[in-house]
Amino acid sequence: MALVETVPPPAALVTEKPVGKTPWGRVKPLVLALIVPTLLLAFWHIATTQRWTRLIPTPYEVGEYMIDFAVGGIYDDAFSGTLLTHLIASMSRVYGGFALAALFALPLGLMIGRIPTARMVLDPFLQVMRPIPVTAWLPLSMILFGLGPRSAFALVCLGAFYPILLNTIFGVRSVDPKLFEAASMLGCQGNAQFYKVVLPAALPSIFTGLRLGLGLAWFVIVVGEMTGVPQGLGAVIMDGRTLSRTELVICGMIIIGIAGYLSDRIVVMIGNRLLAWSPTHHG
Amino acid sequence: MAESKTPIIEIKQVSKVFKLQDQTINALHDANISIRKGEFVCLIGASGCGKSTLLRIIAGFEQPTTGDALMWGSPIKGPDPTRGMVFQDYALFPWLSVRDNIAFGPASRGLAKAVVKETVDKFIDLVGLGKFASAYPHQLSGGMKQRVAIARVLANDAEVVLMDEPFGALDAMTRERLQDELLDIWQRTGLTVVFVTHSIEEAIFLADRVVVMTPGPGRIESDNPLLLQRPRDVASPEFNDIRRVMSAKLHSHHGKKAA
Repeated sequence: MALVETVPPPAALVTEKPVGKTPWGRVKPLVLALIVPTLLLAFWHIATTQRWTRLIPTPYEVGEYMIDFAVGGIYDDAFSGTLLTHLIASMSRVYGGFALAALFALPLGLMIGRIPTARMVLDPFLQVMRPIPVTAWLPLSMILFGLGPRSAFALVCLGAFYPILLNTIFGVRSVDPKLFEAASMLGCQGNAQFYKVVLPAALPSIFTGLRLGLGLAWFVIVVGEMTGVPQGLGAVIMDGRTLSRTELVICGMIIIGIAGYLSDRIVVMIGNRLLAWSPTHHG
Repeated sequence: MAESKTPIIEIKQVSKVFKLQDQTINALHDANISIRKGEFVCLIGASGCGKSTLLRIIAGFEQPTTGDALMWGSPIKGPDPTRGMVFQDYALFPWLSVRDNIAFGPASRGLAKAVVKETVDKFIDLVGLGKFASAYPHQLSGGMKQRVAIARVLANDAEVVLMDEPFGALDAMTRERLQDELLDIWQRTGLTVVFVTHSIEEAIFLADRVVVMTPGPGRIESDNPLLLQRPRDVASPEFNDIRRVMSAKLHSHHGKKAA
């Protein structure tokens, strides 16, 4: 999260961030961003072609396999041309689990943030539950929800739950008290303040929570799909591990990384539109 | 008129005690003040003299521990649109544009959209922010933010405007301009203004009456009507005479404490 305090110049209406106008100014971020991946790729290439390890395939082999995984036509095995199927299966769990987590965490967070009794009842319990990793829930989840997609769904949901909950509570609790006074002297009192002050003021935090939650949903998808689901990127990685097909594992990793990244960018774009008023909220 | 006899704001033997854990703080002790409609009253004093507490009691944010705070003769029970507050740190709603910040009060009172729009337009013009109607608070300078804060209170038909060191965070030039603008608005609208400041000069420049307060416990030391003609010139000998007198009143207390 880049939470950078930007101080606008006095008396000036800041409409746009300064953006480099020269061609170099435009490609510079891309070039800088590609340095580390390129170095990593080079190191990987050297390490595998020099036979420092025999268990990891070369970048070329992985690339070739990625194409086969995506469209088939090279190896034509059980995984050829199945990328989209697995990606869609994982995405449905990530977004479904995330949506379910948001559905529980948002109202609960608003309640805990606003109502002291709710906080006293729920906060200690949730604080104890929170450090338990999703991995630890795996066996119980399989008992409770059975082997298969329902269990995966539940684990992803659990992973996304806490960041949404905690950031919502934080957002609601850190509303500037002056804003309540300002609202009440302007004639907005009691419950009306919830919609006109608390919700909008907490929105940046809530949004941060949603963003982290979605990120974690992608993060835990592999664990979630250890529950014996036939399809999904996590399942592919698990299968790749069992079959000692490391190129399959790496393909799955790369796709999760890219899908998670794109999904985050979309959320950030939505956030930038929705939170244009917030000087600290530009991802 | 019977109305002109009844003070718009009346503070009768008001004391305020805050309890912080096992400490009690006498923020305000036996304050008496009555303010007539249309008056411009400045409360001045060192920090801890209770001037902000008194202002917050008038606003309805705090209840007196003992004594009565009255508006038009009836007790002040809580915050109300008739008494608008302008805070030092603006307290604008950061998620609302200038226009929507000013519309907040009228819209909360359930006025028709057309009426709200008309009111907002009028007060955006009054404070000269027409070009910035759709800007968000973080895009504005301090002076502009405080103009919005003033406009939002005026747009809500406030009879009394309570100002808690409103220009304290602004640079000297902006402060002077806003003081002039405030006086201009006050003279045109016939508002009642209660203005907290720690600047003697600001108080003498603005007020019909300067109420000097002293700390430990916070109390009203003296209530000084100013007969100086407007517009006032801060460089005039008369202005400086008053400044000397006020300064002595403010510091007499410190002298006693030090001795």
